[in-house]
Amino acid sequence: MRSVGMENKNKSDSDFEPRILAFLCNWCSYAGADLAGVSRFQYPPTIRVIRVPCSGRINPLYIVKALQLGFDGVLVSGCHPGDCHYISGNYFARRKFALLKRFLDYLGIETERVQFSWVSAAEGARFSSIIKKITDDIKKIGPLTYFKKTAVQKERIHETIRT
Amino acid sequence: MKQSEHEIVNNVRKLLDDRKIALFIGYQRGTLPLCASPSFVVESNDASSLIWNGFCGCNLAVFLRSLPALKDQSSSARIGILCKGCDNRSIVELIKEKQIDRSKLFIIGISCDGIIDRNKIIVHASEGDIIEAIDNGEILTIRTSSGEQVLKRREVLCDSCLQCKYPTPSEYDVLIRAGEHKAAPATSESTQQFAAMPRGERWRKFEDEISKCIRCYACRNACPGCYCKECFAEQTRPRWFGTTSELSDLMFYHIVRMFHQAGRCVDCGACVRACPMNVDLRLFSRMLVDEVTERYGYEPGVSLKDIPPLAMFQVDDKQEFMTEPD
Repeated sequence: MRSVGMENKNKSDSDFEPRILAFLCNWCSYAGADLAGVSRFQYPPTIRVIRVPCSGRINPLYIVKALQLGFDGVLVSGCHPGDCHYISGNYFARRKFALLKRFLDYLGIETERVQFSWVSAAEGARFSSIIKKITDDIKKIGPLTYFKKTAVQKERIHETIRT
Repeated sequence: MKQSEHEIVNNVRKLLDDRKIALFIGYQRGTLPLCASPSFVVESNDASSLIWNGFCGCNLAVFLRSLPALKDQSSSARIGILCKGCDNRSIVELIKEKQIDRSKLFIIGISCDGIIDRNKIIVHASEGDIIEAIDNGEILTIRTSSGEQVLKRREVLCDSCLQCKYPTPSEYDVLIRAGEHKAAPATSESTQQFAAMPRGERWRKFEDEISKCIRCYACRNACPGCYCKECFAEQTRPRWFGTTSELSDLMFYHIVRMFHQAGRCVDCGACVRACPMNVDLRLFSRMLVDEVTERYGYEPGVSLKDIPPLAMFQVDDKQEFMTEPD
């Protein structure tokens, strides 16, 4: 049995660079991230971005799978309520996310690991401060070790050979 | 018990004789003691094999998903089914999800006084192999190779039944009254205790439970809500559920399967009864049931009118969990 959050404890906070997967909606948050870039707002290089059509597109399975494959945290960001390009995608997403977040917390996964936010296309500064906050949160709790799949590498090789 | 069994048999016989239904799904005596098997009756002569007792634990709604007649608009045949409170809630959810057509069903509802947990009997029963168990509605007489023993029914009921709020079906064509309604607490005590444990211990408990899993998929196969033609667990491109012996894969499977039931799980406990390794799945899935009720005021399977919580939204839904910058 693996112990919870014990590995990497000897590393200091500054050594640990979290890896965070960010699902950003095409219409708001992705544009917000872009704006943060062109406006030169600084934020830590901890996120890997996947652009999605809508926060409602996110299957909760993706979030759990990302954690299992070794991400230390996952962010899903979409348009503010009322601003969804598809009218209501983010409202449906909000219901799913609320339950998922509570459920993972209940099972024992730190709440900081899975975060949801609203960032509009005009909020470059907000985007950068959200990334800073999430990075800080995850630095504090350390890497996700107890749910990580160890055979990832091996399986990837198998997959490459097959295809 | 005997009285309600008679009522079931008479009703089914009449329905089949009058050609009102083409098939009846109920229970028959199992091949082992403490077990009842699902029964599919097409001839009215065979109706006498139908039984009703505390061992009829399987959620019969699960068989409706594989009956093409229920979706075939051209066929007028109806299918009869025996429903406990929980089977009935599953059926209500399936109707709402447009998986079955209510007009194709003839529901014989039975007010249920709880299903008996085999494991609890084995704990309570004295030495020797269990040969027979007779459920008379109040007490349970167990005949073992070393003698006879009487158990109080309530002591050996399934946890899901002890926490059941709606043992009597709400959507039926005929209702048979057997047991009586017991009031149950709104939220589960075991999940509250679990939630009060420190985070690391919760995860360890989750690991302990899931490490028993042998990925037989009995939980999924016993669940009326799991009707996807292709389950994510069996998809190969992409392959979500790795074919490794790793615990993290098993936990992934269970987290996702339970989450797929969020807002749909009627807490019938069929998954727990089906599990050959006695994984306490309800300890985790029940939390979602309570959370959905608390957050969205929705109780799965209770009414045909309520819209499933994840198929709708309110503009002012609570969003206290969203991240705001400092």
